[in-house]
Amino acid sequence: MSESKRIVRPYGDATGDGMVQVSFTLPLPHDKRAEGAALQLARKMGIDPALVVHAKPMGPNFTFFIVYGSVNHLVEVDKVQVVERDYPLLTPKEVDALIKVSLRRPLVVVGACIGTDAHTVGIDAILNIKGFAGEKGLEYYSQMQVVNLGAQVSVPHLVEAALEAKADAVLVSQVVTQRDSHLHNVREMTAAFREAFPANTRPLQVIGGPRFDEAMTDELGVDRIFGRGTTPADVASYLVSRLCPQVDTDEK
Amino acid sequence: MSGLLNLDRRTVARARSLAKKAGAPVVKLAKAHSTVSVERSVLRLAGLTGADIEGTPWVNHLVDQVRADVGLELGVALPVWHTMRREGITDLQLLAQKAVAGSVSFALPEGKDVDRAANAARKAVGRGMARIDRNRIQRDKLITKYPNPSTPWIYLIVATGDIDEDVPQAIAAAREGADVIAVIRSTGQSLLDFVPEGATHEGFAGTYATQENFRIMRAALDEVSIELGRYVRLTNYASGLCMPEIATLAGLERLDMMLNDSMYGILFRDINPIRTFVDQRFSRQIHARAGIIINTGEDNYLTTADAVEAAHTVTVSQLLNEYFAKEAGLENWQLGLGHAFEITPELPDSFRLELAHALLARELFPDAPLKWMPPTKHMTGDIFRGYLLDGFFNLVGAMTGQGILLVGMMTEAVVTPWISDRDLALQNVRYVMNAAGGLREDFRPAPDGLIVTRAHTVLDEAIDLLERIVDDTLLDAIGDGTFGLMKRPADKGRGLDGVVVKADGYVNPASELLEGQPA
Repeated sequence: MSESKRIVRPYGDATGDGMVQVSFTLPLPHDKRAEGAALQLARKMGIDPALVVHAKPMGPNFTFFIVYGSVNHLVEVDKVQVVERDYPLLTPKEVDALIKVSLRRPLVVVGACIGTDAHTVGIDAILNIKGFAGEKGLEYYSQMQVVNLGAQVSVPHLVEAALEAKADAVLVSQVVTQRDSHLHNVREMTAAFREAFPANTRPLQVIGGPRFDEAMTDELGVDRIFGRGTTPADVASYLVSRLCPQVDTDEK
Repeated sequence: MSGLLNLDRRTVARARSLAKKAGAPVVKLAKAHSTVSVERSVLRLAGLTGADIEGTPWVNHLVDQVRADVGLELGVALPVWHTMRREGITDLQLLAQKAVAGSVSFALPEGKDVDRAANAARKAVGRGMARIDRNRIQRDKLITKYPNPSTPWIYLIVATGDIDEDVPQAIAAAREGADVIAVIRSTGQSLLDFVPEGATHEGFAGTYATQENFRIMRAALDEVSIELGRYVRLTNYASGLCMPEIATLAGLERLDMMLNDSMYGILFRDINPIRTFVDQRFSRQIHARAGIIINTGEDNYLTTADAVEAAHTVTVSQLLNEYFAKEAGLENWQLGLGHAFEITPELPDSFRLELAHALLARELFPDAPLKWMPPTKHMTGDIFRGYLLDGFFNLVGAMTGQGILLVGMMTEAVVTPWISDRDLALQNVRYVMNAAGGLREDFRPAPDGLIVTRAHTVLDEAIDLLERIVDDTLLDAIGDGTFGLMKRPADKGRGLDGVVVKADGYVNPASELLEGQPA
């Protein structure tokens, strides 16, 4: 990128014209006042001059607008900040290929909601083939073998299942946070795994739930914490980044 | 049969007879078993409602207690009504409460008491069945007064999680043109082994299916049907571990359509295959009796497998769903067999292939309404391209006479539909139907063209697969990952512990009524 492009504006059909299109609905009946309201909103968004190119009533109480106009904000490219994840996000195909080349056997994942928690929404969204947010769950990955123990699994049962399945990773979901039960449960789990497995064969311990602080990994003794909005691909990509010895992915 | 594809009648008959061969052993298996949810349905038909303060329904308590005391091999009816008579209790809820408190234990009747208990149970269950029958008559009356819309029926989804929010949204959707309102269930309800009670306000990405929620929504839609002068149908989901009970509640509250696939729970929810087939059969018998149209879930296969490679698995599943439905007493007009527009738009001729698949379904099942599902897998977030895809989806729907059209949203996979998304989506449907609704009359695919050839290929592949399933047995085919690429062995999966083998002398008054007098 050249120095002169460090500040940019949206591009319609000429450099620097700043043209954008937006569409939105206002809870107003369609009349002149509603169109004026749409223009006012556009101006407050920095679109000036703004042109209402389409307004359509949707029932008696709502109006839909499409607005075009030049936005007066500037983008300072140098100041754009991006939080990089510390592993590459891969497609299911790439994940499967990596496991095949690197492990030469399926990657075994054991999942559960531990303690009294019966909310399997999270673990199911990650594991079930149905998945979450348009992404298939880990069951969909041909090179992953998924054992989903479901809800209200005791820690000893989880350890036993992980031993039996020779788990590479254990995924635990906790939604209920009453009296910090999610933290107690996880500590109980990590203690049990430390006892049952020598460090070099201990499965990767991954926990998830909407109320965990993602920075608490050391404190809880787990390998990774995933928060709200995590998708199956996030988890799958993380697992292979930690479990599959690096192979040259550039090789074609 | 319109015969645009020139399908060979013997080939079609062969496909059907293979589906029957594949399905018959499963029906036999289903007849030999019962499940906790089937038994709970018996109690629901007998009028038992409500839950304890922790939300566990009384039907669950009662069935669990009976199972602990005497087992369920003879069904729940005999021990329950025998114990009621012995204890002088006339109210099922009181019995359940006492059973939980430990002040009543169940015993099986002997001698003349067997008939006494069975007859008392039949009388009680008969009242629930009569209510289902009255609802069916009431629906028929309403349809006479406020006629059916023309096809395809416009199917819109409501999903707020709160029944009080769902109602105004559903009313708005009906006013905007929806002929069918589907209330999506809360994520995870399919894995609950109980049906929640009462009006609910806290679902995840959907609203819990409960009897009270059903009643509230049906009442709201009855009002709007009068206002609009057309009968607005209500849809919910008879799937998951409580499929038979939810079907029963749908019959009791006059729902009109139910999602009810023979294999969805097995494949996509990892529910035990035997549990599913037993629950399936009972729920379909209820739907048959209640005059409910079922919607099957073949579209889901195409969200996991490739829509071209796996096209024949859709056909196979439709044929199996048809067989299981007919066996359970459903009629052609009640079979909303599913299929979907999921071929990657990058593929050359994708539209022609979609037409071929949709026409094949239409001609294989000429008297079934068919449920046509919009693209989801290739909706990328590019809403503009998505809007075009939805237009082509609607066009296939128009050209192949689909009965139920689920309206595609350009914001699929982006947000839950906004009011404007729905409005734009309905404009898309209206434009296509208005511009090309009559195209079916002019449309004659060339006899040796891609569409006809493709349809024949898919049917042939379907027959090959059915032959393999017959050799292998359906349960093993499901175990091997034949459908949607998922392997589900018969001895695994959720809900297996809720399956019981029926013993000689098993009594189920609901099944007697459902099988004795077909609707």
